[in-house]
Amino acid sequence: MENMVNIYLYGKQYSVPANLTIMGAMEYAGYTLVRGCGCRNGFCGACATIYRIKGDRELKVCLACQTKVENDMYIATLPFFPLVKQVYDLNKIKPTEAVMMQLYPEIYACIGCNSCTKACTQGLNVMQYIAYAQRGEFEKCAEESFDCVMCGVCSSRCPAGISHPQVALLARRLNGKYLAPECGHLEDRVKEIKDGTFDELLESLMQKPISEMKELYNNREFEK
Amino acid sequence: MTYTEEMLKSMQLVAEKRAANAALEPTRMTADEKTNLLATYHPDYRQDKFKTITFGANKGEKAPIELVELLEANARIKAGDVDLEKPFYDVDVLIIGGGGAGSAAAIMADEAGAKVMIATKLRIGDANTMMAEGGIQAADKPNDSPAIHYLDVFGGGHFAAKPELVRKLVYDAPECIKWLSDLGVEFDKAPDGTMITTHGGGTSRKRMHAAKDYSGAEIMRTLRDEVLSRQIPVVDYTAAVELIKDESGAVAGAVLMNMETRELRVARAKTVIMATGGAGRLHYQGFPTSNHYGATADGLILGYRAGAKLFAEDSLQYHPTGAAFPEQIFGALVTEKVRSLGAKLVNVNGDVFQHPLETRDVCASGIIREVDDRKNGIKINDTTSGVWLDTPMIEYKNGEGTIEKRIPAMLRMFGKYGIDIRKEPILVYPTLHYQNGGLEISENGMSTVENLYVAGEAVGGIHGRNRLMGNSLLDIIVFGRNAGVNAAAKAKEVKLGKLTLDHIAAFDKERAEAGVVSDKVSPMLLPTYTHGNPVFEDKKAF
Ligand SMILES: Cc1cc2nc3c(=O)[nH]c(=O)nc-3n(C[C@H](O)[C@H](O)[C@H](O)COP(=O)(O)OP(=O)(O)OC[C@H]3O[C@@H](n4cnc5c(N)ncnc54)[C@H](O)[C@@H]3O)c2cc1C
Ligand code: FES
Repeated sequence: MENMVNIYLYGKQYSVPANLTIMGAMEYAGYTLVRGCGCRNGFCGACATIYRIKGDRELKVCLACQTKVENDMYIATLPFFPLVKQVYDLNKIKPTEAVMMQLYPEIYACIGCNSCTKACTQGLNVMQYIAYAQRGEFEKCAEESFDCVMCGVCSSRCPAGISHPQVALLARRLNGKYLAPECGHLEDRVKEIKDGTFDELLESLMQKPISEMKELYNNREFEK
Repeated sequence: MTYTEEMLKSMQLVAEKRAANAALEPTRMTADEKTNLLATYHPDYRQDKFKTITFGANKGEKAPIELVELLEANARIKAGDVDLEKPFYDVDVLIIGGGGAGSAAAIMADEAGAKVMIATKLRIGDANTMMAEGGIQAADKPNDSPAIHYLDVFGGGHFAAKPELVRKLVYDAPECIKWLSDLGVEFDKAPDGTMITTHGGGTSRKRMHAAKDYSGAEIMRTLRDEVLSRQIPVVDYTAAVELIKDESGAVAGAVLMNMETRELRVARAKTVIMATGGAGRLHYQGFPTSNHYGATADGLILGYRAGAKLFAEDSLQYHPTGAAFPEQIFGALVTEKVRSLGAKLVNVNGDVFQHPLETRDVCASGIIREVDDRKNGIKINDTTSGVWLDTPMIEYKNGEGTIEKRIPAMLRMFGKYGIDIRKEPILVYPTLHYQNGGLEISENGMSTVENLYVAGEAVGGIHGRNRLMGNSLLDIIVFGRNAGVNAAAKAKEVKLGKLTLDHIAAFDKERAEAGVVSDKVSPMLLPTYTHGNPVFEDKKAF
């Protein structure tokens, strides 16, 4: 017999193989997942989960697709959390401190309890990136929040009602658009293509018989 | 993690030979060697796993058995199940699928002034796009050009791609990178703004742009934010289960099903963009997959039933490096970037057995040969063996900190199971990754059925019979935008006739005439997983 553990899905007990993820264990128990399951691989944030090991005071959080079951795990999923996403036209806003004040003023109500950081399924320093956002330090906010999968657990624990993932997303977009250095070679190439610089070359490639294309392909040079 | 004795022993050899292996420049295979290798070991060549399509637009051609069964299956609904006179949604452009292709299309169609809506099976962004790690190609450096990119794409795809689609792909690439940048996507750049680019399998220039190893996530969450900021309606947990046509035979909308309540609703549209992505969850030949939960080839099924032609529907991509251990992440992707950064493939004896950056099909076939034939794999359990991907070599070559900086998602994925990829190599085996084929389109993005556009992984013809890393994120943007622009323009001319679902009965008739009997329904929508629980042996989720 396989090695089994007891888990509690929404309080109800099931016996499941110990090698399964929480997501797998729910399916083993007979659930048909629709909500709460997306990429199945730790990127989409659909499977935010809160659990407590029986007898432990500490509440833990995780992504159900990335976490193995343990004995006596009490599991509740959080497939949706009402984050606030403000609507904006990125072309019309600028990377200034004022923009956060306008769109996400609640970040200034942060009481510094650090519950968000403790609740991050990705292990990010959430409170820190919110602090950067408050100060208009978007580059730092972007870097600190980069691995966010927007599962929303941080916000579910926040007494100030902050939608951390949305704040971070705005910071990253501002950073990507306005603060990151411009890329000269990209601009040049876009222009060259518009000017038709490669048209003839491309056209002649498209006309070549396959045998000749094979020749070219098999003898092409590789950048080291 | 608990390694077996055999694994530990072999790991020791890998460590001992690391310095020598790092210095080694393994030779690339010749064209003949590659052809032979593919014919002998690539899963696409296993004839008994394929079946001939018996009716419809691609009658007489081969496709994987699992796909043929769905293509020839029964519709989920009958014409009488919905009232086509009373559409619940009425739009110019209906986009089916909320991944990168669908979102890019939506933004451009909205920009063009069309009334747009996205219907998507899970949430917007629960999609293969979100999972892409490695990067996106574009020939934007001085030592590179669209012509060199063209040659890489066309040759890498075994000269089977449609030339006009490849031209569009490579031509629009730099502009698409710029478009994404302007939307706020954070590409890895040097302080002077130069893009940090690397090689991918089969690239002759370093043109892989990345956003750490969250490239797809960074693109997807930015596009999603833009879609939501434009207040384009996104109807989530809602799958298209059948296309609708009008009397003229042009596609004119879709029947949508609420995935939670199973309620059906009619969406009428002047043009439709199919952006439903790939098919990994069909688990062809029993392979594990790197794909998201909803990758079940729905778009191919819906399009085919409505008369659209498929292209290269027998061509799949097996990614050389799926995680083979631990079993909780079996099949999950280990990005090619790990090899781009210098990790080599090593067998049980600690020896490098091939160049790590051959094209994916060649590389995967080489691993299958090493394990199945040469018996140089590392045994993981009774059914699985794998080879080492020597991740510590990355830092050995590029210095400490490289892994955390460049592939944090990989570090985290294995870290959750107690494996530190900076110190320990990882075990890999090919995983079902990408659908090379799909619905055929012309350069304007339209399928062979009037007013049905297709974009993204659901398209066939852009990559021929093998897609290079980084060209898919590229194609979803290039052809997603293209479909959005053209579908919006076309919608302006369309005068819709009376809606019908008559094609369902016509398809049933063709099936009967072909002597095919099917007890299946399609599209599949979601796979069924029960992890061996005997109680649910016969369960069907949908
Ligand atoms: C793990 C992984 C890593 C990858 N890495 C790279 C990389 O580094 N570089 C690269 O270029 N490419 C990469 N790829 C490939 C690339 O990410 C995908 O091919 C591409 O993103 C597909 O985009 P898409 O919009 O066509 O499909 P998806 O992003 O998969 O979106 C399809 C959408 O359609 C929805 N849908 C499906 N069926 C229906 C239906 N019946 N009704 C309504 N909605 C439906 C889905 O739920 C989903 O939202 C990777 C793929 C994977 C899986
Ligand atoms: S399902 Fe996407 S993060 Fe778990």
